[in-house]
Amino acid sequence: MRLLTHNMLSSNIKGVINGFPLLIQAERVVEKQVDFNPDFLKNMFSKIDWKALADASKTMGYDELPDEVPDPSVLDSQEFLQKFHHALLELHLEEGALVCPETGRRFPVNKGIPNMLLHEDEV
Amino acid sequence: MEGTATIEGDEGERRPWKQMDDRRRRHLSHESTSLFCSLALLLSIRFAAAKGFARQRQPTTENHVPSNFTNFPQKMASRIAQIRLVSSHPQVYEPCDDSFALVDALLADRKKLLDHRPTICMEVGSGSGYVITSLALILQEIKTAYYFATDINLHAVRVTHETLEAHGVHAELLTTNIAAGLEKRLAGLVDVMVVNPPYVPTPEEEVGGDGIAAAWAGGENGRSVIDKILPIADNLLSEKGWLYMLFLAANDPLQICLQMREKGYAAKIIVQRATEEESLHVIKFWRDSDIRMEGNEAVTIAKNRGWEFLLSQLSRLSFRR
Repeated sequence: MRLLTHNMLSSNIKGVINGFPLLIQAERVVEKQVDFNPDFLKNMFSKIDWKALADASKTMGYDELPDEVPDPSVLDSQEFLQKFHHALLELHLEEGALVCPETGRRFPVNKGIPNMLLHEDEV
Repeated sequence: MEGTATIEGDEGERRPWKQMDDRRRRHLSHESTSLFCSLALLLSIRFAAAKGFARQRQPTTENHVPSNFTNFPQKMASRIAQIRLVSSHPQVYEPCDDSFALVDALLADRKKLLDHRPTICMEVGSGSGYVITSLALILQEIKTAYYFATDINLHAVRVTHETLEAHGVHAELLTTNIAAGLEKRLAGLVDVMVVNPPYVPTPEEEVGGDGIAAAWAGGENGRSVIDKILPIADNLLSEKGWLYMLFLAANDPLQICLQMREKGYAAKIIVQRATEEESLHVIKFWRDSDIRMEGNEAVTIAKNRGWEFLLSQLSRLSFRR
């Protein structure tokens, strides 16, 4: 699971109000090289919750993103785009879990695939 | 829609056999011992014995060559997933006529899809991974597309992963019910959505579950899951979003199109195919500002010639109403 996907996921257990972002429990993180595409990154920038991405990448062992939401002008910086690219697309949570911030419910991640299925009493 | 008696009668008689055939694991309990049904039973036993039937049915070609592209050069086929590279599992639905119809629709729209330049694409219920892999291959030259695929069946998500990997393409995978977990943050962001829903009419209690039945059991009129997916698709699709969805005539696609029209969607049949077993339609939906301005007044229907054409196409094929 890439961090872009993490940025799009929230807990939807019955009664949970926000459920975002899910906390990451990382057991195994792998880095996989992905073609660098500035257009894609510029396109996604406005759709990303920055704080969730910065925090998640730290949990995954990558400390290069600024904590504060960067000004869109940084999108002209190749250096920034490279870091954004790496955090968003190249860090994969292979084994671990995503944890609902409100209930503490764990959604397991095995072989890079999160299991978001809810139990009957959670729907 | 009264004038469809011939088609209705004809389809109605053949339907028990079709259901058994098309999704392959239907119960046989209600079958009599007539010669017809015995034949059908034999056929279904053959299905059970021949796992990987979808593969065996095309022994001469590595790729499924879409029927409406048979005159195209052979390289056309390399743009979609290769059957021999599609992974499998006893609890995962294998590519079949319905999957091929959906991929044919994507191929028929290939040029438009490339011009559409989608950023986020998504398949709900990816099963073997044949369709999402094909979509990723069709759009391979668009470097800016990002793919999600979901399935409620844990094995299916694994198999999808293996199929994608065998073709060297990537999609982000989730084990989830339709799009649960994505509905909040991904709302309004999906540019292309593809769905081959469980559309076979079955008793309601067969719907869902975590095994292969989830791939075909559609409840009453095969609409139980379809009717859950449509509002979710409406929420996830971007302003320019396109939905490609497969229906059986028994699902009443005309009524579905009318329902989507009330939400402001235009519709077009991309592929319409009557196989020996079933009558399939792949319908594309997109938001149409004219429809939204007009509202859902019945009088507006006549204004739109395309819509009229769609209605005439579908009314010939709808069983109900």
